[in-house]
Amino acid sequence: MSHATKPILEVDQVKKYFPIKSSFLKRTVSNVQAVENVSVDVMEGETLGVVGESGCGKSTFGRTILGLESLTDGSIKFRGEEIGGLSERQLKKYKKEMQMIFQDPYASLNPRQRIGDALEEAFIIHTNIGKKERRQRVRDLLVEVGLNEEHADRYPHEFSGGQRQRIGIARAVSLNPSLIVCDEAVSALDVSVQAQIIQLLKKLQQSHQLTYLFISHDLGVVKHISDRVLVMYLGATMELAPSDQLFANPLHPYTKALLSAIPRPVVGGKKERIRLKGELPNAANYPSGCPFHTRCPLATEQCRQVRPEWREVEEGHFVACHEV
Amino acid sequence: MESLLNVQNLVTSFRTADGKLPAVRGVSFSVQEGETLCIVGESGCGKSITTLSVMGLLPDNGEISEGSITFQGEELTHKKEEEMRKHRGNDISMIFQEPMTALNPVFTVGYQMMEPLHLHTKLNKKEKKSRAVELLTQVGLSDAEKVLKKYPHELSGGMRQRVMIAIALACNPSLLIADEPTTALDVTIQAQILDLIDDLKRDLGMGVVMVTHDMGVVAEVADRVMVMYAGHVVETGTVEEIFENPKHPYTKGLLASVPNVDDEEHSLEAIPGSLPNLNEKISGCRFHPRCPFATEKCKEEDPPRFQISNQHQSKCWLHEEATTNESRHEAYS
Repeated sequence: MSHATKPILEVDQVKKYFPIKSSFLKRTVSNVQAVENVSVDVMEGETLGVVGESGCGKSTFGRTILGLESLTDGSIKFRGEEIGGLSERQLKKYKKEMQMIFQDPYASLNPRQRIGDALEEAFIIHTNIGKKERRQRVRDLLVEVGLNEEHADRYPHEFSGGQRQRIGIARAVSLNPSLIVCDEAVSALDVSVQAQIIQLLKKLQQSHQLTYLFISHDLGVVKHISDRVLVMYLGATMELAPSDQLFANPLHPYTKALLSAIPRPVVGGKKERIRLKGELPNAANYPSGCPFHTRCPLATEQCRQVRPEWREVEEGHFVACHEV
Repeated sequence: MESLLNVQNLVTSFRTADGKLPAVRGVSFSVQEGETLCIVGESGCGKSITTLSVMGLLPDNGEISEGSITFQGEELTHKKEEEMRKHRGNDISMIFQEPMTALNPVFTVGYQMMEPLHLHTKLNKKEKKSRAVELLTQVGLSDAEKVLKKYPHELSGGMRQRVMIAIALACNPSLLIADEPTTALDVTIQAQILDLIDDLKRDLGMGVVMVTHDMGVVAEVADRVMVMYAGHVVETGTVEEIFENPKHPYTKGLLASVPNVDDEEHSLEAIPGSLPNLNEKISGCRFHPRCPFATEKCKEEDPPRFQISNQHQSKCWLHEEATTNESRHEAYS
């Protein structure tokens, strides 16, 4: 994985709010602040891991980047061109470049459509190649993701979970994209199969020069696959650092608590956990100041009132906390 | 010492369109008081069916076809439904993976908390309520009085799981069966729940059977571990033996496929292939098609359990040679 210095995606102060409307006049009474001021550059060829608990806005962030959710505020640039707020038609040429792998590929496959036909669709929409060549491409794809050519004639229900995820991956790489958003792509799989899929993703990254935005709640998996890791909490970014650095030297109290909570597959290696009180606050009722202050063991009066700045404390290591 | 729970040679099968298929194929284990036994394996390996067999909660098309389950010296397999009902929620309790589907959405938490007390104790209404408040406080819910009046949908995932645990503990069970109790929860909440179960086990001296697929969880809570594959127990041992000296190739594969956040050098290794279906006929050892060490013998004969140490057993032909030739065995590990 090469660390090219050129960013493929520049995300600047992106916000995504879902309005809550009143029942009768449909006035917007308040907002669910799903993504709150996220700024991050994704470098060409890297894997950027995005971690956080459920409800922290990591999936919405991924969907907003791909234009699957409209942008409330901020700017998203793909290879220097603004793509935030483009219409569906204007986005079409970028969709070839940006793809997504979902958690449950079964839900995104039509149960009555053969796998071969499902994979062929992308070529029909986005390319002008003839039928015979399309079929050949589909067969090559299946082999590339570790399935057989004959699988093209089968239906989704005939596959196991791991195989379906391979189909989801085949679909995502079919048009040779440069960026793939993997939203909990391996979370539903058993560990032995999960390891197979991670290896496949790594192999494809090399052969297709892919950039991954790898969204997951599983920190072990994220550490394994990512070059850099972004920690999100309640829609806001808490910490961003190169993977090794983040796991070896976490600075933000939330990252520390999150890392100490992972059950380690080592006996006797039980570390003293930082116990977090309570649970994630409701994003419809956004806390003032630092969003983490309600659960933070270090919270001060300043944290309750002033939103901490997103600043670079070491080279490439960003953190949003008053106490660091 | 007599075991709290003793399962001998359990075979559980299902009637299907393809005939009668065994999901659990001769499983034996025991649980002592104050001990946590973890059952690990991938989905479909029969770990949940094993626990449902103990609870007598098998689906309609499932039945225990062989073996015995004794709880505190009593045989459970021949008990009638009414007799089993006297045990469930009383001295044997179960926590399920998805608390939202296990709680009834149209009744308040308080009603559901008092149900086991109503069935198994003679407490009056006031005593029941104070017991419910006490339980909710014990599982770490503040403002228990208020929680009693709420409906399940008003609670978060972690709170629901705490309520489930409180209901399970209502009658001071001697055996708690937890089927993936933290799989649906976030890591910070998972840590809270695991600590809670561990504390309660110590305070109440319960035996705990925990089903999980997360090796990290196993390392944290287990005293003993039982690894299952395709309906068989492939390895059992103390938690130290399983993690520091795994013997069965499947256990080794399972451990190698878990990403480790502390170990820089750790390389992820996948087990090739996937778990066989119930109706797949596999001769010999059921793991041999995925096993890197499979020999001709593995394809033909089902291996017996080889004793590695006092509590450590592994169901693999490799140990037959290993017991006679220690140095040869080193080459495999």
